[in-house]
Amino acid sequence: MDFALSLEQRQFDDSLRDFLKDRLPMDRLRLLAETVNGFDEDLWQGVVELGLPSLLVPERFGGAGLGVLDAAVAAEALGFAAAPLPFTGSMAMAPLAFVHCATPAQQDEWLPQIAAGAVRFAVAFAGLAGQTGASTVSLDGGLTGRIDGVMDAGSATHYLVFGRDGTAVVVDGNGPGVSTTLRRSIDRTRPLIDVAFDNAAAEKLDAANDPLAAARTVLDAGRVVLAADSLGAAQTMLDRAVAFAKERVQFGRVIGSFQGVKYPLADCVTALEPCRAMVWYAAYAQDALPDEARLTACHVKAHVSDVARDVARMTTEAHGGMGFTDLLGLHYWFKRIGFNRQILGNPERCRDEAARLQGWL
Amino acid sequence: MDLTLSEPYQALQAEIRTFVAQYGHLSPKVGGGRKRPDQKTLDWQKRLLAHGYVGRTIPQAYGGAGKQPDIMEAAVIAGEFARANVYAGLTNQGISMLVPTLLEVGTDEQKREYVGPTIRGDIIWCQGYSEPGNGSDLANAQTKAELRDGNWIVNGQKIWTSSAHYADMMFLLCRTEPQASKHEGLSYLLLSMKSPGLDARPLKTMTGRSEFNEVFFTDVAVPETQIVLGRGKGWYVANVTLKHERLMIGDASKMTARLEQLIKLLSTIDIDGVKLIHMPEYRDRLLRLQGEVIAWKAHNLRLLTETARGEESGVKRMIVKYGGTMLGFRLSSLAVDALGSAGLPYESLGEDAETDDATTWNIDYMYDVGLMIGGGSNNIQKNIIGERGLDLPREPKFLAGMR
Repeated sequence: MDFALSLEQRQFDDSLRDFLKDRLPMDRLRLLAETVNGFDEDLWQGVVELGLPSLLVPERFGGAGLGVLDAAVAAEALGFAAAPLPFTGSMAMAPLAFVHCATPAQQDEWLPQIAAGAVRFAVAFAGLAGQTGASTVSLDGGLTGRIDGVMDAGSATHYLVFGRDGTAVVVDGNGPGVSTTLRRSIDRTRPLIDVAFDNAAAEKLDAANDPLAAARTVLDAGRVVLAADSLGAAQTMLDRAVAFAKERVQFGRVIGSFQGVKYPLADCVTALEPCRAMVWYAAYAQDALPDEARLTACHVKAHVSDVARDVARMTTEAHGGMGFTDLLGLHYWFKRIGFNRQILGNPERCRDEAARLQGWL
Repeated sequence: MDLTLSEPYQALQAEIRTFVAQYGHLSPKVGGGRKRPDQKTLDWQKRLLAHGYVGRTIPQAYGGAGKQPDIMEAAVIAGEFARANVYAGLTNQGISMLVPTLLEVGTDEQKREYVGPTIRGDIIWCQGYSEPGNGSDLANAQTKAELRDGNWIVNGQKIWTSSAHYADMMFLLCRTEPQASKHEGLSYLLLSMKSPGLDARPLKTMTGRSEFNEVFFTDVAVPETQIVLGRGKGWYVANVTLKHERLMIGDASKMTARLEQLIKLLSTIDIDGVKLIHMPEYRDRLLRLQGEVIAWKAHNLRLLTETARGEESGVKRMIVKYGGTMLGFRLSSLAVDALGSAGLPYESLGEDAETDDATTWNIDYMYDVGLMIGGGSNNIQKNIIGERGLDLPREPKFLAGMR
């Protein structure tokens, strides 16, 4: 038994963090937050070179053949940097969807393109993920219907849509019958897309024995990845609050020496540090513990979202008035945590699913 | 990351499952404690010792099984006993704190005399640390001991001494070097609770029971050799002991066991025919706690791995006592709320106190508050987390003449 990241995982984490630190200073993040689709070609090319889109693509399709745990490690680093990259949808859920739902021929066609960063899939769930807003599609030859609030879709070339029964289809984002409305979200670095389909040409991925279970596997991985992202975002806020509390002087003292400031920060680390182990555990469960995969995915999304909200609030408070201003930019992480919380099922919805899984409803 | 057990651990797991199947019916009830072990418990303890499930890493010369320390073995053993809901052996201050302390810093003679009888449950220890004037500021202990004619003569008072009313021995932190600095003036003595001049008076707590005592010392004579490590080394020895205490509290298998009990309670208790688990308010609390327990278990696995590798865990370790006692209290709070008004009848003494569900949960619920205070109160823990963990500055010391 060994519950720790491997040397390779830590090295990959280090190189990704170094890259993001270098490429995403605060002024750059501010600039990207004002671009409309939350996408930056340079940043994208950089992570393609680092191999991020190939992480979950099996080796025989030109990928790294790694697991959800590796994706979670990457997501924590991306959350830490508030990186505006379509990771959860295009780089985590999409390759998994092809692995679990597509025929070998479809995998041959799409997975190498995903690994190479040549296509970007937005993954949308109709009536499965537990998001509010419109969320129904029907497949009758073409795909018809509407799904609101699709994440990682601002720069998508294609859509991968799961129906309520788990049916999966691929739709060309620029094809006829597809119309998208871009909505700037509370998190200015990540817009949402409302997508409508009107008899759009759809290629069915129907290799899964149990399509609903396969769809949920993809969804659960997405939830774990979002939890990891929130963990990273909360860690940034805590680190910054601790650094601020060591510098800021009031009443002739560094404010971090006041128990009124020190204790909330101690509360933050006490709640947040176990979240890291929980994210690893839930991610590992997706890779290796099928009996625990669903329950831990629901719980990690719910619990980390709640802890991250508390950390976001307390660390903003620790900055005093400056924390409330736009100047520090701390709000990008506050909003990222808020965004992640509602996407793919918020804590209330995830706990509801956890209750159903255990026969408590 | 690999949570599968390798072959030798699987073998140990199978061995324990066989043991439990064969002898499990002889196990005393899980939980309880805080009283002198009865014959059934002592017999069980000796059986566990014979199989090496307790005292596993203690050298054979001192009554243990003499195995190499292996944190994964310890985790497998704890996990299997918890899973089977079988008593995993005595946990008291002698076993959890004094024995590891003596093994680390005691003389061979001290180890021979005390380790074996302590792990068998034949010697029960109490801890003489806190004083009425010195709770959190442990190093400020004022109980003094003077060396006279080959004996330490002890005078003073200790408080919060759990199990002193039935303990055989005490490990005592006292001031032997009044000229030395606060931290260097202390020594660590081992003495009999039957010593003349020693008076242990039960201190009734909010549970209605006397889990603690006040202990008064009036010219209590302790043989000179009963010192651990030497004069002025008491603070060092006490810290060795406290390190073991903080590891003891906040144990994840206790959280898992409590969560399982809670699921059972909410699935069986009803209000006007509606099971609590079907009431959203109860169910939501249970679900939140389930998430917290998953996080806590995973955190424990992480610490376990770091310990096995000999890595320092830093702030991850420092949060265990504070986080663990708070989570424990949230779990017992939900149990008390599940038992509801039917759980209010309460007799804290007598047989019922040991077997009645409502009473034991109520005792735990109150005792959990005690755990937040004992062993370095949670407010002190927050100072430790903030100052040593996050490197935040300490509270400034008051300057002389400042008001």
